[in-house]
Amino acid sequence: MTNVLINAPKTARKGEVIELKALILHPMETGFRPGTNGRIIPRNIIERFTASWNGAEILRMDLSPAIAANPFVSFFAVATESGKITFRWTGDEGFAVEESVAIDVA
Amino acid sequence: MKGTGVIPRPKAEGPLRPQERSLAALGMTTRLDRRAFLAVAAMLSVLPLASAFATPEAMAAAIKEVVGDKPIREGRVTLDLPPLVENGNAVPLTVSVESPMTEADFIRAIHVFNEKNPQPHVFDARLGPQNGKATIATRIKLGDSQKIVAIAETSKGEFFSASADVIVTLAACLEDIT
Repeated sequence: MTNVLINAPKTARKGEVIELKALILHPMETGFRPGTNGRIIPRNIIERFTASWNGAEILRMDLSPAIAANPFVSFFAVATESGKITFRWTGDEGFAVEESVAIDVA
Repeated sequence: MKGTGVIPRPKAEGPLRPQERSLAALGMTTRLDRRAFLAVAAMLSVLPLASAFATPEAMAAAIKEVVGDKPIREGRVTLDLPPLVENGNAVPLTVSVESPMTEADFIRAIHVFNEKNPQPHVFDARLGPQNGKATIATRIKLGDSQKIVAIAETSKGEFFSASADVIVTLAACLEDIT
């Protein structure tokens, strides 16, 4: 099980701008570093991070090896309707993780 | 070779040696002495190593790829980054752009570039009016003391930028220490 940490408010007023924070456990291996045997460790990064609100994409981010290990992203969104916010990470070696949180918008 | 080497060697006449002939073919007609040859050889051996890392030119090229020929204006973008970093492995970075973030006027994208990491890109984020606030925070790796540039693209197709200089005392590890 991949470790994902999401920080999002459980409730929000309609129209409120809320902060969403997402952290995922991942080495973000750059592909430029030699390992203990002297050979270059192959690149293994998360290439894309997306967030969607009830299926509609609210943020898309293309990451590079320059993003620190265990990528952390914080961004904002306007609370429109109750439902779920889905975070998705995809990357090298078929890496794909999806995590959702529920939100109540009054 | 004896002496200090400051006395110029007399120009030798006679046929060119093989390595001189190949240099002559390249348009270098002057006879190279051993010292000059070593200097050139040392330069050539270093070149491929240097090109393995991004340079300010590589960053400029990467920026041009995103922006095209449009002008980039200073302002509206705030790039928050500590000026002195002890550990380049995880450097907090926040980019915020002044924008009403309405359907009519919003920030479409935020791009971040670096000068001296192996590659010039850091991240490209696509935003929209649904974000309410054009702010992205993350943590990045820095391989050296360098300049970071953030560029924001508005819905009207304008580009704004901000840059920050960072001093890194311990670069993002080049070796696997785990």
